[in-house]
Amino acid sequence: MTPVLTMVIDDSRAMRLILKRIVAQLGFDVVESANGKEAMDYLAGILEAGDDSKLPGLALVDWNMPEMNGLEFVTAVRADQRLRNMTLMMVTTESEQSQIVRALASGAHEYVIKPFTPDAIIDKLTLLGLVPNGVAV
Amino acid sequence: MSLTAQEFAFISGLVRRDAAIVLETGKEYLVEARLLPLARALGVPTVSEFVNYAQRKPEPETHRRIVDALTTNETSFFRDGEPFNQLVTMVLPDLVARRAANRTLKVWSAACSSGQEPYTLAIVLQDALPAGWSFDIIATDISSEMLERAEAGQYSQLEVNRGLPATLLVRHFERTGASWKVSPALRKAVTFKRLNLAAPLPAMGPFDIVFIRNVLIYFDVQTKRSVLQRVASTLRPDGWLFLGSAETTIGIDDRFERVVAGRTSAYRLRSAPKTVPANAVGKG
Repeated sequence: MTPVLTMVIDDSRAMRLILKRIVAQLGFDVVESANGKEAMDYLAGILEAGDDSKLPGLALVDWNMPEMNGLEFVTAVRADQRLRNMTLMMVTTESEQSQIVRALASGAHEYVIKPFTPDAIIDKLTLLGLVPNGVAV
Repeated sequence: MSLTAQEFAFISGLVRRDAAIVLETGKEYLVEARLLPLARALGVPTVSEFVNYAQRKPEPETHRRIVDALTTNETSFFRDGEPFNQLVTMVLPDLVARRAANRTLKVWSAACSSGQEPYTLAIVLQDALPAGWSFDIIATDISSEMLERAEAGQYSQLEVNRGLPATLLVRHFERTGASWKVSPALRKAVTFKRLNLAAPLPAMGPFDIVFIRNVLIYFDVQTKRSVLQRVASTLRPDGWLFLGSAETTIGIDDRFERVVAGRTSAYRLRSAPKTVPANAVGKG
């Protein structure tokens, strides 16, 4: 399995830790951000330095966050051609059907509703082709 | 207080007789965990006392509940992923060519548990079959409680998080309160029936596709053989069989041959005609 540099974007430190532990078991390295703005600033820094190999391949994105929320982050990433290889997965308590549709239409590839089990994250990453079949944590 | 050897023997004997499932020594913890809710429901404080009660008063209803509690298995939408990919890329093109004359497929989801497998099949068939085709899914399980759940088609947030792509969730389910309900179209595509795989089958089929996944592993070789024999008799000569990833027909029933498909396998009868009939429409 190819390790994927993963951004965990959530304003809850506890939630970042939980998600980080799950993907760390897959051997993925993690960059944490407390909101969409912080995450965009991080990405802008890498793009400015011109080192595309350091771009994250995956972002796990909360919805409700200060400064820049998850939906705004997804929209901003999708608007930037240079970030087209990033896989975006919402991980949020927002569970209305219309919200899921909106997130997918804005460019999120997957959507996990909190609360979740570690298996749910692994399952979705498998669906996205980032984890081979049959991996359990 | 944990189960005595005699109490465990009674339960394993019961499950073996009624469902042909082998509970080996060492599975006492499983029996205790699964039967505790039943004991509580009857106001009996321990599983041990509940088992003694069931032995003293052999009521069919109590026995059925015990078998139910011990035979329900973990499941999820698109379980293991790959069999459903192969269904779309290998099996459906083959069957679409072979069934061009009547444009309909009959599918059996055996040991369907709480319904995730038959609904996954309904989603896949609805999306992958060409326009003008229809399909019929029969889903069976030994547990009445599981069938009730499956028929209701209502799943918790945790269940829909497992294995179900978000695009399919919003397309095929409706959110109702804290849970998600399958769409009427999906619900209509599946017929549920109680069925014990270890007993002779009622008249059913013939099927184009049979999914009987992660159930043979619980049976002894003799029962595996007779289940596969019954499955073979319900399968069309050129139909397809899917087993769990840890299961095989090899060494159990020679009438089947394995067809390796990507990272998984499907099975068909050796006697199956290998070529699509020359008059088939949409061949190749």
